[in-house]
Amino acid sequence: MVVPLHHIIAISGLLFTIGVVGVLFRRSAIIVFMSVEIMLNAVNLAFVAFSRYHGSVDGQVFVFFIMTLAAAEVAVGLAIIIALYRNLRTADLSEIHELKH
Amino acid sequence: MNAADILSTLPELVLTVTALGLLLLEVMGKPPRARFVWVALGGVGLALGLEFAVPSEGQFYAGMISVDLFTRFFNVLFLTTAAGSLLISVPYLRRTLEERGEYYALTLFATVGMMFMAKAHDLTITFLGLELLSVSLYILVAFYRNRVRSNEAGLKYLLLGAFSTGFFLFGIALIYGSTGTTHYDGIRLAIGSGEQLSMALTVTGFGLLIIGFAFKVALVPFHMYAPDVYEGAPTPITAFVSTGPKVAGFAAFLKVIATAFAFTTQHWWGILWILAAITMTVGNITALRQDNLKRMLAFSGVAHAGYLAIAIMVGSADSAFALLFYLAAYAITTLGAFGIVSLIEGEDESGLDMDSYRGLARRSPYLAGVFALIMLSLAGFPPTAGFLGKFFIFSAAIDEGYTWLVIIAVVNSLISVYYYLRPVVAMYMQEPADESAVAVPAFIVPVLLLVVLVALGLGLFPMSLVKNSIAAAGSLF
Repeated sequence: MVVPLHHIIAISGLLFTIGVVGVLFRRSAIIVFMSVEIMLNAVNLAFVAFSRYHGSVDGQVFVFFIMTLAAAEVAVGLAIIIALYRNLRTADLSEIHELKH
Repeated sequence: MNAADILSTLPELVLTVTALGLLLLEVMGKPPRARFVWVALGGVGLALGLEFAVPSEGQFYAGMISVDLFTRFFNVLFLTTAAGSLLISVPYLRRTLEERGEYYALTLFATVGMMFMAKAHDLTITFLGLELLSVSLYILVAFYRNRVRSNEAGLKYLLLGAFSTGFFLFGIALIYGSTGTTHYDGIRLAIGSGEQLSMALTVTGFGLLIIGFAFKVALVPFHMYAPDVYEGAPTPITAFVSTGPKVAGFAAFLKVIATAFAFTTQHWWGILWILAAITMTVGNITALRQDNLKRMLAFSGVAHAGYLAIAIMVGSADSAFALLFYLAAYAITTLGAFGIVSLIEGEDESGLDMDSYRGLARRSPYLAGVFALIMLSLAGFPPTAGFLGKFFIFSAAIDEGYTWLVIIAVVNSLISVYYYLRPVVAMYMQEPADESAVAVPAFIVPVLLLVVLVALGLGLFPMSLVKNSIAAAGSLF
C-alpha cells in the first residue's frame, strides 16, 4: 500500500505545529530545545516524502544536512545551557531574566 | 568538481584553512596568543586579495554557487566587517583576559557562512551558509561563559535562532515539494512555466522563508531576541552580530527574491509592507526610551532593518542598488559605533549608559568627533553616507509608487534624530565626571579611520560606491 503524499505532509505539518506550540509554551530550556528538534524532524519527513514523490534524491540529501545541523546545534545548545546552569542553578526560562525586557 | 570550482571559492577556502589553523595553534599553544590576531587578519587580507586577484564569473559546483559582481561586493563588505570586528575585539579580549584562538576561528567561520549566503545559488547552500554563520555566532555571543548575561544572550539567540531555522527549512521543504528543485533557476523556471505541484504550496513556502529571513535580520515582530542578544553579548561581538549577519541576511533575501522568485510572489507584498512599516516604527519608538547605548543601538538596528525591508519590497533595479549602498554605509558605521562603545565601557560591563558619554568632547575630542559623525550618519543627516543611503531607498520607493510607506519612513527618520542626538548632546554640552582622556588602542584606529572614510568620504564623494553597487545589483537583473 502506498501512503498518499498529502497524508504524509499533513503529519509533517502536525508535527511542526506541535514543535512550534512546545517552543512557545514550555518554560524549560531543555524541553524548548526538544520541541525545536521536533520541528526539524517534521521538515525531514516532508523532505523525504517530496523526494519520493518527485523521484529525485535532492530532498534526501537535504535531510542529511538538516540532521548534521541538528547535531551541531544540540552540542552548542547543551553547552550553553550547562554554562548557564552552573551560574544560575536553573534552566527554567521564566527565571532567566538578567537582561531587561 | 574541477579547478574552476575551487578557484571560485578560493577566498572561502583560505578563511576556512586559516580558522582551522588557528584552532590547531590554540591546542598546541605554541606561538603566544598575542600573535593569533595577526594570523586571522592575514587570512582575511589574503581572502580579500584573492577576491580581486582571481576573479571568477558564472555558476560553479554544478550550479549550486554563482559568482558575479554581486557576490564580490558582499564578500568585500563581509571581509571588511570581519577585519573590523577582529580589530575591535583585541583590546577587549586582552582587557578581560579571554584572548583565545577559538574566538578568532569562530569569527572567520561565521564570515565564511556569510560569504556562502551571498554566493549560494541553491537553497541547500543558502541554508548551510546561514547555519554556519548562526552556530558560530551562538558560541561567540555566549563566549564569556562566566558572565550570566553572556550565557543568557547566547541561550536566547540559540533558541530563537533554531526556532526560526525550523520555519526557514519548512519553507524550503514546501518550495522543493512544489517545484521539485532547490536550485534558484529551477524554481524560477518551474514557477514561470507553471510546472509546479500547486501555487498555494509555493506561496506558503515562500511565506515561511520570509519568516526565517525576518528573524535573521530582526524585523518586528521577529526582533524580540535582538535587544537582549546585543546587550548581553561581549561588545565586539555585538559589533559583529549587528553588522555581518544583517548584511548577509539581506543579501541572501534579495538574491532569493530576485533570482528564484523574480519578484513574482506579490501575495506577500502587503505583508512585507506592514512588516517594514511596523519595524521602523517599533524600532525607533522603543529606541527613544533606552538609556543603555548597546540597547539603543540594537533598536536602531531594528529600525534600519525596516528601511532596508522597503528596498527589498520595492524590488526594482534602483532599490536593489540602494539596498547595497545602504548596507555598506550601515555596516561600517555601526561597526564603528560599537567599537567606540567598547572603548568607553568599563570593568564588569559598566559605563554603557548615556551618562558615561558626558563631556567626552573635552576628554577625547577626536573620539567624540567620530562618534558624533556616526550618530549623524545613522540618523541620516547630509552630507553623510547614511543620508545618501536613505535618499536612494526612499526615491526608489517613490518611483514605484510607495508614497505612503516613504512618508512613514521619513517621519520615523525624524523621530530617530532625537535618540541619535542624545549621546551627541551628552558629549558636547555636558560636564565630564572625570577629565581623563579615553585610551584609544592602536588596533581601533584603522576602524575609526575607515568609519570616517565611509561616513563622510562617501557622503561627499559617493560615486565610487554608487558605481560598484549599481554594477553589483545589476548582475541580479
